[in-house]
Amino acid sequence: MTRGFRITDIDWFLLGLALAIAAIGVVEIYSTTLHSPLAGQYKKQIYWLIISSLLALIASRIDYHMILEQTPWLYGISVLLLAGLLVAGHTIAGTRRWLQLGSMTFQVSEIAKLIIILVVAAYFADRRIRAVTWGDLVKLGIFVGIPAALVALEPDLGTALTFIPIIASGVLFAGIRWQHVAVLCLAGILALPVGWHFLRPYQRERLMTFVHPTQNTQSSSYQVTQTKIAIGSGGFWGKGMGNGTQSRLGFIPVSHADSIFAAFAEEQGFVGSLLVLLLYFALLLRLLDGAQMAPDRAGAFLLIGLAAVLFFQVVLNTGMMIGVLPITGVPLPLMSQGGSSLLFTFLGLGLAMSVRARRYVN
Amino acid sequence: MEVRFASDERPPAWKIAFLQYVIAATFFGLLVGYWRLQIGEHRQYADLAERNRIRNLPVIAPRGRILDREGRVLADNFPAFSVLLMRESAGILSPDRIAGIARGLQLDPVELRATLERTASLPRFQPVLLKQSASLEDISFLESHRVEYPELDLIQVQQRLYPKLQVGAAMLGYVGEVPEEMIAKLGSSYKPGDVIGKFGIEAEYNQVLAGRDGMRRVVVNSRGQEVGVLSTINAQAGNDLRLTIDLDLQMAAEAGLGDHAGAVVALDPRTGEVLAMVSHPSFDPNDFAKRIDPKEWEQLTNDPMKPLMNKAIQAQLAPGSVFKIVMASAVLETGTITPDFIVNCAGAVTIYGHLYHDWVFEKHRAHGAVNVHSAIRESCDVFFYTMGKMLGIDKIDYFAKGLGLGAKTGIDLPGEASGLIPSPEWVERSFKHKWYAGETISVAIGQGAVLATPLQLANTIGGVAMGGVFYRPHLAFQDQLRALGVDPPDSSPHDFPLSENTIAAVKSGMWAVVNEGGGTGGAARCPGIDISGKTGTAQVVSQTLQQSAKSSEFKNTAWFVGYAPSEKPEIVVSALVMRGEHSTVAVPIVRDVIKAYFDKKLGPKTPANQMESQVRVLSQLTAPTPPGQTKSALAQH
Repeated sequence: MTRGFRITDIDWFLLGLALAIAAIGVVEIYSTTLHSPLAGQYKKQIYWLIISSLLALIASRIDYHMILEQTPWLYGISVLLLAGLLVAGHTIAGTRRWLQLGSMTFQVSEIAKLIIILVVAAYFADRRIRAVTWGDLVKLGIFVGIPAALVALEPDLGTALTFIPIIASGVLFAGIRWQHVAVLCLAGILALPVGWHFLRPYQRERLMTFVHPTQNTQSSSYQVTQTKIAIGSGGFWGKGMGNGTQSRLGFIPVSHADSIFAAFAEEQGFVGSLLVLLLYFALLLRLLDGAQMAPDRAGAFLLIGLAAVLFFQVVLNTGMMIGVLPITGVPLPLMSQGGSSLLFTFLGLGLAMSVRARRYVN
Repeated sequence: MEVRFASDERPPAWKIAFLQYVIAATFFGLLVGYWRLQIGEHRQYADLAERNRIRNLPVIAPRGRILDREGRVLADNFPAFSVLLMRESAGILSPDRIAGIARGLQLDPVELRATLERTASLPRFQPVLLKQSASLEDISFLESHRVEYPELDLIQVQQRLYPKLQVGAAMLGYVGEVPEEMIAKLGSSYKPGDVIGKFGIEAEYNQVLAGRDGMRRVVVNSRGQEVGVLSTINAQAGNDLRLTIDLDLQMAAEAGLGDHAGAVVALDPRTGEVLAMVSHPSFDPNDFAKRIDPKEWEQLTNDPMKPLMNKAIQAQLAPGSVFKIVMASAVLETGTITPDFIVNCAGAVTIYGHLYHDWVFEKHRAHGAVNVHSAIRESCDVFFYTMGKMLGIDKIDYFAKGLGLGAKTGIDLPGEASGLIPSPEWVERSFKHKWYAGETISVAIGQGAVLATPLQLANTIGGVAMGGVFYRPHLAFQDQLRALGVDPPDSSPHDFPLSENTIAAVKSGMWAVVNEGGGTGGAARCPGIDISGKTGTAQVVSQTLQQSAKSSEFKNTAWFVGYAPSEKPEIVVSALVMRGEHSTVAVPIVRDVIKAYFDKKLGPKTPANQMESQVRVLSQLTAPTPPGQTKSALAQH
């Protein structure tokens, strides 16, 4: 099964796309935090980027089957960590999302996301069926539901929502009956009022703002208004690096993190938006291309899960910036500042490369 | 080892292809969304971004100070803060926000809402003034709630300060917010919240005193904090205005009138310069410098003694016996009588079948044989009743008007009253009946329909004392106005020809009022100063009614108009004490002001100077003021 390492084993195209997007992100973090108390954050991002891409290269050399075999352990540890966070987590801005390791803080939910991808891939790898059964749905629901609930309790609804595309893509690609889909949809609709009950006030407000954009002039609709002003005022060519008034003067909240794309679109204009969206598009197609050529079912599900979650996050993030989707705290993968998110994405891409490298095996 | 995960049964290719199409379609949709925003609606959003970051802040120009003739400060400014609503960053304020702002700034929410409605139609770049003279609490509220209320901002303004409080308040006037109808006027450059002079000197010379506001275009961040300045148009301060008022005389007049309701006017008859102008009861114009409390306003406007009226130019009352000077000048000048013409006064006289009482009648006395000299001295009514009958209303009318009564003097103050000299035409016009000959008799002693203001009487008596030369009373120096580009009214005197003999006879009568035994104004005598004058006690209602009603409302008006030196007058002072009962109340007031004038002229110690030295001692005691500040504070006094 083993053979010598070839330079073509590494998917340089995929890695190049990811590094290009991440580099644009670093530049935008630099630009938007310049002259602010956060100046210098871009350096941290560079360190994380270097570490993450090295880890991705290492991951690409590991047989993903070996990792899939460790899934039960990894899953158990991540659930324990998430539960532990709720009890004794490091509280930042009222949420317990971060695990403190020395001077570093680490967002466990980002790694849990990767593990959920592995869980779903491992589950379907061994089940060759034409359609999932109720038993499959219940089992998967419990496997994914537990960490999702723990993440939602942090509270981090945005990241918890990113678990949905993973399980949904898995189920859809494994095959599902239309009756099941109908029942699930109905259950989802019936669960909405219950879910509403569990939402925090700010989360409800965000949803209401999305439904009735003009009702609220401050807070969440204020955010949407300001990101729209930023993006719209960027025009075709943009205002130029460091000249985005909306981000520099603090009209867009967290312009280096969740709202980085608005800050970027303001400074680089439609040309910039187009470029970055095309890069993401190419990245997603490359992942699905890998799924097409995957040596086995497990590899294909792994790539599909990764593509689904990245697609979901990119669309949700860039869509909420222009007000077509409600505001949820979801970072833009690869661009937003944040080591954990970067690490998760690159590790996922490393696994994707591992799958692709084994396309000729068997 | 069992080989796991080795199944090669991959998901069907069509599903992956389908997902690729879904992704492609979604990205296309996103790009359409970004295209619409960044290219379709770019202009609109670029405009919004500019409005977000750029704020136009007015720079309020300080108003010019008002000084007395020696440069002592009567109206000054002090720095204060105003709270502005920057409507460009505000959007539409929800009721909750309005309530929050009202609570934070301690404003009446109803009034705040009314202000917002009133200003809703104005261009959005114009900030709305929410609160003047913001307190420390207001400022700390703003600073601590910048994130919640980025649309609120503070600017420094120069607020009016009247350091002498009530002194000369009615003459100086006050400032206030420009009224809406002035803003609405076509071509008006006023905007809501602008401060203009509303009364007195502040209103008359608003153009001189008002500066031109500047504008600062600043860059602000999302908290409304300034992070940079794009451009500045500096404010142009208003011009200082020096008045003819002498603060020392003003203080003496204020003190002299004291708690009486009435007025005092001091003029230099050689120029028409107003040296002092007092109206009591007074008010504190500082209350108007910020938005005046509605309750306080109501109290001031409902006060029966009308503190907001400048009685020196607006109180029109019967001049009483002061009018006899007009009569004496007229009968002598027309040759109706000679100075030695004798009338026998028996305490009353019957004319046209009606018995007219002299004022000594109730004391069961009579003046006996009087000529014009003694009639002025003792203010004999019977003599002047007789003169009235002999002269006739037409000649009285001609002379009264010639000597400056019945028309505005033209002083540079708004709202001057013209007084009234009745004529047969006026009666026919106003009452649609013919002139009764008997009315002339009342007019002859300054009663009946005759009305005059304290300023008019000072002007008339001063003019007669000057030999028939009348200068327009004024408060601003002509030269200064010309230098400031304001066309001053014609300053040449108005001559009313009176012969030297007439003048001499009338003036000797007025001298006797003060200086001869039996004179009604003996209390005005003052060692070393040669004072002349004429008293007046005027009825507000007829004597019979007065006796039945003991209410002070119907008490007589007390007048005294005096001038000095008798030969070549330098100052003429008229004092009006409403409800004063008898002219003797008014006499000492005039004497005090004249005395203050000569004391100052001859000796250095004056009341205001003394006060000044006390202030200096006090400021030295409370030492830790920076040296520069102390110096400038002293220089202003």
